[in-house]
Amino acid sequence: MLAKRIIPCLDVQNGRVVKNVRFFEDHRDAGDPLALAQRYEAQQADELVFYDITATFEGRKLMLDVAAQVAEHVMMPLTVGGGVNTLADFRQLLLSGADKISVNSSAVRTPQLIREASDHHGAQCVMLSIDAKRRAAGDPQGQGWNVFVGGGRVDTGLDLLRWAEEGQRLGAGEICLNIMDADGTRAGFDLDATRAVSQAVDLPVIASGGAGKLEDFRDVLLGGSSGGQADAALAASVFHFGELSVPQVKAYLHAQGLPVRPEWHDGGAA
Amino acid sequence: MLLDYGAGNIRSAEKALVRAGLNVKVTDRPADLDGAAGIVVPGQGHFRQVMEAFDASGFREPLLGAVAAGTPLLGICVGMQMLLTGSDEAPGVAGLNLIEGTARRFEVAPGQKVPQMGWNSLTPVGDSPLLRGLNTPAHAYFVHSYYLPRDIAVTSGALSEYGVSFWSVISQGNIHATQFHPEKSGEVGLALLSRFRRNVLEPNFT
Repeated sequence: MLAKRIIPCLDVQNGRVVKNVRFFEDHRDAGDPLALAQRYEAQQADELVFYDITATFEGRKLMLDVAAQVAEHVMMPLTVGGGVNTLADFRQLLLSGADKISVNSSAVRTPQLIREASDHHGAQCVMLSIDAKRRAAGDPQGQGWNVFVGGGRVDTGLDLLRWAEEGQRLGAGEICLNIMDADGTRAGFDLDATRAVSQAVDLPVIASGGAGKLEDFRDVLLGGSSGGQADAALAASVFHFGELSVPQVKAYLHAQGLPVRPEWHDGGAA
Repeated sequence: MLLDYGAGNIRSAEKALVRAGLNVKVTDRPADLDGAAGIVVPGQGHFRQVMEAFDASGFREPLLGAVAAGTPLLGICVGMQMLLTGSDEAPGVAGLNLIEGTARRFEVAPGQKVPQMGWNSLTPVGDSPLLRGLNTPAHAYFVHSYYLPRDIAVTSGALSEYGVSFWSVISQGNIHATQFHPEKSGEVGLALLSRFRRNVLEPNFT
């Protein structure tokens, strides 16, 4: 049975992990992407996502180095996103060792990027990340969520569910959904939005934004009409702060009856 | 000998094999298969493109010759499907036909998404040298839309479930393959590659 995935997310700026790094107990390695990747590998996280939040050309080059260095040393799936605008960017990151590439604003700007990347590299390596926010009451479009770009600064007016469906049609292999209303609140993932997207597409959906406690992970991964029906949950600060560890989340989910990949060690037999 | 014919994440596979203690040589020269202690065939992408790239690289005949001579083979992901007669992904495109059968496509169903992407558990069948003594449950990382149906006859391996039961590992004589990516499967992947070294390659030299 396919396991629900738990995915730590690392924001990288100029080749260093920037988010909440000051809270790590080991200050020496605090901002080193490789050290953090190895820590999460030791915790048997299911995947890693790196978002490059650098805007400069130099920063982009450093991100390629980060991807290459991490891919060199960890045996787990690696997604890289942030500032991926062209097919050439895709190719470069894949050559650096990334397994999947996340696109967000650039895909809204140029939807054909999804199609071309999917045709060239396969749907499985195209992760469509979507930032969305619930529409205000009385919005002419009615209830729902609008897609935002530019790091959540620009309302595109696009409807979340339409855009998710369009992403699937264009060849995306996976959707990472960040609901901005929930992001950073630690009040839990947005279950309504996550469930709506899960039902709208036949792609795996990664819920992102809002994780604060163990129950939040359960709720967003649960099926049925009250759960979020997500296939994976992504979180940053709760893991970086050390408030929750990946094994702790998985042990809890297992106890709650959700399929997860349990901690595994080779008995060394044979 | 890790084959580089332009379709596969060679670098990750190479690092993982090294980590498992193998002495790895990456090659794009078919002549290198002569006398190789073992052959690893990665594969990623569309079956047609993968087979065309493989054939264009001139690997087909030397590989079939080496396998017939008993050289151990490990196929990874599409490198597993390549061992079959063919695949529904590209009807008419000839696989290596080392294992009789055709790769099928997963059905999209409520709650079942295609491609299968993520960690699935392995249920060993028989005594595959790749899985000997492996603690279970063990999970490995899969990314694929096509699979080897369980009615394909092989001596041993492992089955996994994704709407249907399919072969996630096969072992048949000197032919071995995994549908998942051992190089992305953490400790389980490492354990499997280590067993390929210990149980398949090294006994050849003793």
